[in-house]
Amino acid sequence: MEYSILILITPLLIFLLLGLLGGKLKPVIAGRIGTFGLLCVALLSYVIAYQYFFVEGTVNGKWIEKIPLNFEWLRFTDTLHIDLGILLDPISVMMLVVISTVSLMVHIYSLGYMHGEGGFQRYYAFLSLFTFSMLGLVVATNIFQMYIFWELVGVSSYLLIGFYYTKPSAVAASKKAFIVTRFADLGFLIGILVLSFYTRTFDFGLLTADSASLVVTSMQGASFMGLSVATWALALIFMGGAGKSAMFPLHIWLPDAMEGPTPVSALIHAATMVVAGVYLVARLFTVYFFAAPDVLTMIGYIGAFTALFAAIIAITQTDIKRVLAFSTISQIAYMMVALGVSGYEGHDGLGYMSSMFHLFTHAFFKALLFLGAGSVIHAVHSNEMSDMGGLRKYLPITHLTFLIACLAIAGIYPLSGFFSKDEILSAAFHHDKILYWTLWVVAGLTAFYMFRLYYSIFWGKEKVHHGEHKPHESPLIMTVPLLILALLSCVTGFIPFSKFVSSDNLGFDMHIDMTIALSSIAVAVVGIGVATALYMRGGDLPQKIAQRLGGLYRATFHKFYMDEVWQFITKSVIFKCICAPIAWFDRHVIDATMNGLATVTQKTSASIKGLQSGQVQFYTWIFLIGALVIGILALCV
Amino acid sequence: MIVQMEHYLVVSALMFFIGVYGFISRKNMIAVLISLELMLNAVEINFSVFNRYLYPERLEGMFFTLFGIAITAAETAVALAIIINVYRHIGDINIRKMNKLKD
Amino acid sequence: MDIASLLIFYALAAFMLGMSLLAVTARRVLHAATYLLFVLIGTAGLYLLLNYHFLAAVQLSVYAGGIVILFIFAIFLTNEHDSVSEKHRPLRLILAGLGAVSGLCFTVLVAFTHLFKNYSANTTILGDNEVNMKIIGNTLMGTEKYQYLLPFEMLSILLLACIIGGILIARKQ
Repeated sequence: MEYSILILITPLLIFLLLGLLGGKLKPVIAGRIGTFGLLCVALLSYVIAYQYFFVEGTVNGKWIEKIPLNFEWLRFTDTLHIDLGILLDPISVMMLVVISTVSLMVHIYSLGYMHGEGGFQRYYAFLSLFTFSMLGLVVATNIFQMYIFWELVGVSSYLLIGFYYTKPSAVAASKKAFIVTRFADLGFLIGILVLSFYTRTFDFGLLTADSASLVVTSMQGASFMGLSVATWALALIFMGGAGKSAMFPLHIWLPDAMEGPTPVSALIHAATMVVAGVYLVARLFTVYFFAAPDVLTMIGYIGAFTALFAAIIAITQTDIKRVLAFSTISQIAYMMVALGVSGYEGHDGLGYMSSMFHLFTHAFFKALLFLGAGSVIHAVHSNEMSDMGGLRKYLPITHLTFLIACLAIAGIYPLSGFFSKDEILSAAFHHDKILYWTLWVVAGLTAFYMFRLYYSIFWGKEKVHHGEHKPHESPLIMTVPLLILALLSCVTGFIPFSKFVSSDNLGFDMHIDMTIALSSIAVAVVGIGVATALYMRGGDLPQKIAQRLGGLYRATFHKFYMDEVWQFITKSVIFKCICAPIAWFDRHVIDATMNGLATVTQKTSASIKGLQSGQVQFYTWIFLIGALVIGILALCV
Repeated sequence: MIVQMEHYLVVSALMFFIGVYGFISRKNMIAVLISLELMLNAVEINFSVFNRYLYPERLEGMFFTLFGIAITAAETAVALAIIINVYRHIGDINIRKMNKLKD
Repeated sequence: MDIASLLIFYALAAFMLGMSLLAVTARRVLHAATYLLFVLIGTAGLYLLLNYHFLAAVQLSVYAGGIVILFIFAIFLTNEHDSVSEKHRPLRLILAGLGAVSGLCFTVLVAFTHLFKNYSANTTILGDNEVNMKIIGNTLMGTEKYQYLLPFEMLSILLLACIIGGILIARKQ
């Protein structure tokens, strides 16, 4: 399967081509080149998936880690070397399929959505760069390669969020996203260094082999500030994942990142980049489970809190993309909880499997939601719910697909979200009741806010459209991806996922726990029902409730003031108390010393420059006198 | 009774410092060069005198003088070529005006 | 004989120093060059007095015959303003004189106070001990210790370089 390298090379070449020569190409041609390249990548990844899952992937019923390519990139010492390679195992192949499919849909959709925008070529170049880095991330054979692509993902996300670089809010959002994730990546890097310092390897295969025995034995006994070093290292690595996957309290960048073009949000902030953190934890799951189970518990609780927190905020947001952003945070937190509650081996590894399963299904219906939202925005030229309403007549396809996605995310049988969410709930139920009930509530809230969104857009009172043109359905090039994704959202739930993905790579049978399934459907239906009652007709009941709730509503509307808290921490605590004194010291002591030296030198040279008159005879005279003085001194001594 | 060595030394010292005086006071570059020749000449006299009086059985001083003369010749030739070139460029060989290199 | 050589030395010294003074004070550079020629001839006389006959011959031929001629050519080539006499600023002359005199005092002081190796015991100093031409030739072309083939060849390269450099610098563009 050496050809799998093509899956990385193709988008990179397209990026270089469009990035370097894009200005010379016609926008449409550039877009078509990018889309065609992605089509090739997608087909390749399907071939790889087929080859892996149905031809070469198993040995005695166990999924193996295939490494078709691996070469040494940087060699420092015998133990310290950084390799680049391609690792194929169930989750990386699954991710290849997800990324290339969603990316292809976004590429096609963007041909319509971004039509006529300035910088079309640049847009496609960045999309290719992003796809390249994301694919590189998932096939990484070692943690350092993953880190490299991790940062590349961060950069390309920064470039895409800041695509409308003339808009100050977009620039601020891209900076925020970059800085927050960079901050988290600092923890990731330290974690990598600590981990590899003890284990003397970066390689995933060696780290996870034999129930992570390498990590467990090499770090045995080492502790720091009361916690074992393994806990520290893995918690720090999780910090990187939490930054990318927008876990509380590092989630603040994701809602702002909606400043980017909507297809970008669909690709990056719904389906691919934000699940990198989940993927990271899943990739190192064996290590987490055996070396630091306490970190895994912590991940579970952070995930549950984030899920609830984001779901509550999502209820009050009025910008449709922000609702989706908070919904994404909430759903990713779901996946984190699933990892947190997972056991190892066989059916105990249900959480691990369901996390990956939810990642898989969520990618499609969340991308669909974003693309649908993009289609709505395309029609009404606004992000605000208040500008929408009654659009179902004008946007029939968008309406239908959006409804499917909403049902899927709400977890209604037989759509894909039901299956994966049910598995997560089931895993949580068997592990920790608190987490289970939290997730259960979140499931209801999810159904509620998704249908609030749905009704506000497509039902309710029709808004007066400003005369000149009525909203109209998007062109075919945008609706076809919607239809494909809707189809995927319908059918992916029926894939026997546990056969392919499991924590110990052996595969097991999963079955639907009827009580849990029924209770989750019940809570979803309740959520939908409440939303229907409140929003379908578009009355003023919601406002009344909001007024009744008063402060709580306002706090929620302002995202529980998390931005302000961070602002306070960075501005008042870090900047004022730490940075300002350091800056003062730098300016008044270090700079002053240097400036003083420079000034003294300058003054001195200015006052003695008359000596350098260019008069050779004067120089000679000085030389003569100097020689005499030295001679007389020598005589005296 | 032979001539005291110190007398030779005094003669050469006098000649040397006459050269120094000329080197510092003259304006014409060729005159400066002439003063330089005087100084070199004084130095070469010293070489020979020391050789003859202190180590008459050896030849180093004499050969140093010999080579010194040759080097002086080379130096003078180059210096005069430069002076002629300067003269051709700015039409003057006043050393006080040769101060452009300070900038 | 002793008295005669003594007299010759003092006469030569007086002549050379007088000519030196004239060389550095002469208004016209051509005169200065002429006085320099006399100084150089006087120096050749000193070498003869020291029994360095070969050196005297070289001094005469190279200095008097070569260098002074060069000077005179250079003066002819640049003599447009030469007739305009130099105006000296007295301060500069005083400074130059001061420097020269103090340097002279210092040097003479050193020359008379320093204890040189006792040479008066050596009776062969100024006898008939002219350096044999054969010895000079051998020393100049030999490669043993205290022989000078390498400096000699270096010098020939230096002269060659200086010929080329002189041509390069002085030729018209």
